[in-house]
Amino acid sequence: MTTSLSTREIAGQISERLPDAVIDAADAAILVNSNSLLDVGAFLKNTPGLDFDYLTTITAVDYYQYFEVIYQFVSIEHNHSLVIKTRCQGRDNLTLPSLVGLWRSADHQEREIYDLMGITFEGHPNMKRIVLWSDFQGHPQRKDFM
Amino acid sequence: MEVSRARDYVYSDTELDQSESKVIEELKAGATEPFVDPDAWLDEELSQNILLTTADWLINWGRRSSLWPVICFPACCAFEFISVMGPRFDMSRFGMEILRASPRQADVLITAGTLTWKMAPNVKRIYNQMAEPKWVIAMGACGISGGIFRSSYNVVPGYNHIIPVDVYVPGCPPRPEALLHGIQMLQEKIAKRTNIIKE
Repeated sequence: MTTSLSTREIAGQISERLPDAVIDAADAAILVNSNSLLDVGAFLKNTPGLDFDYLTTITAVDYYQYFEVIYQFVSIEHNHSLVIKTRCQGRDNLTLPSLVGLWRSADHQEREIYDLMGITFEGHPNMKRIVLWSDFQGHPQRKDFM
Repeated sequence: MEVSRARDYVYSDTELDQSESKVIEELKAGATEPFVDPDAWLDEELSQNILLTTADWLINWGRRSSLWPVICFPACCAFEFISVMGPRFDMSRFGMEILRASPRQADVLITAGTLTWKMAPNVKRIYNQMAEPKWVIAMGACGISGGIFRSSYNVVPGYNHIIPVDVYVPGCPPRPEALLHGIQMLQEKIAKRTNIIKE
């Protein structure tokens, strides 16, 4: 069984290295600043003892005022897991840094979130729709999509 | 202790060879001429094997009795279709035992599942590649009208928006018996076709 790590403990480790990254550390997940998402990803992947070598899932939630993107990391080496969240405010021209450079598994999932939620991932090598066709208007998983 | 010889209790080789030789020589002596082939029934059966019919009926009989479906399994109706293909419901009773992977060898397209707009051009292309004459059975609620996904942004509201449909089989999914009934209805439809037009 994969152990989920203590979010507050990991958040403390992240804050030591990256002072502005962590916004909040709840029981289930660490909320990080979207500007430091890449740095946090590199920290989680490369720090000995954490070694998150596997990004299992990326999902996005529409909360009207903001979109929240949830990353679920697993370390196969240590058999532990962690959930990181980040937010982008508003509804237009939403951007987040892409994690494809750190985890290849982010590729299709970031394209799916772009397709259905309309969040652009900067630095993604192939940022285009994956489920719908390229001329499709709108992003259907948004709550205001009709 | 005196040991008796085994030779006293079995046939001698000499006796066996003599009797075998006798059997073969007798058979050979009696088999000089071949048997006459029993062909007396031919004249009688030939007269029973000629029947008079129309060319239309013959062509339609051939077409409806060997309908070959093309694979088109976009969603869950496929499992009902697969069970119809299998031994329990056994679609081959109606001449449909071969499921063709190539549309060029198929006669009927059974739309076993929800069709998305992303997939729709491919289904239309498969239909266009099928050789005439060809038929389409719309299977299930999604095939007929889009079903519960009708208002979705990415679902075709019925296959008849992209290809002409001959028979509609309702159900979500239809029972295998319902699909068999639909196939029989298609066969009845084919039986009424006029293929040869008088000038």
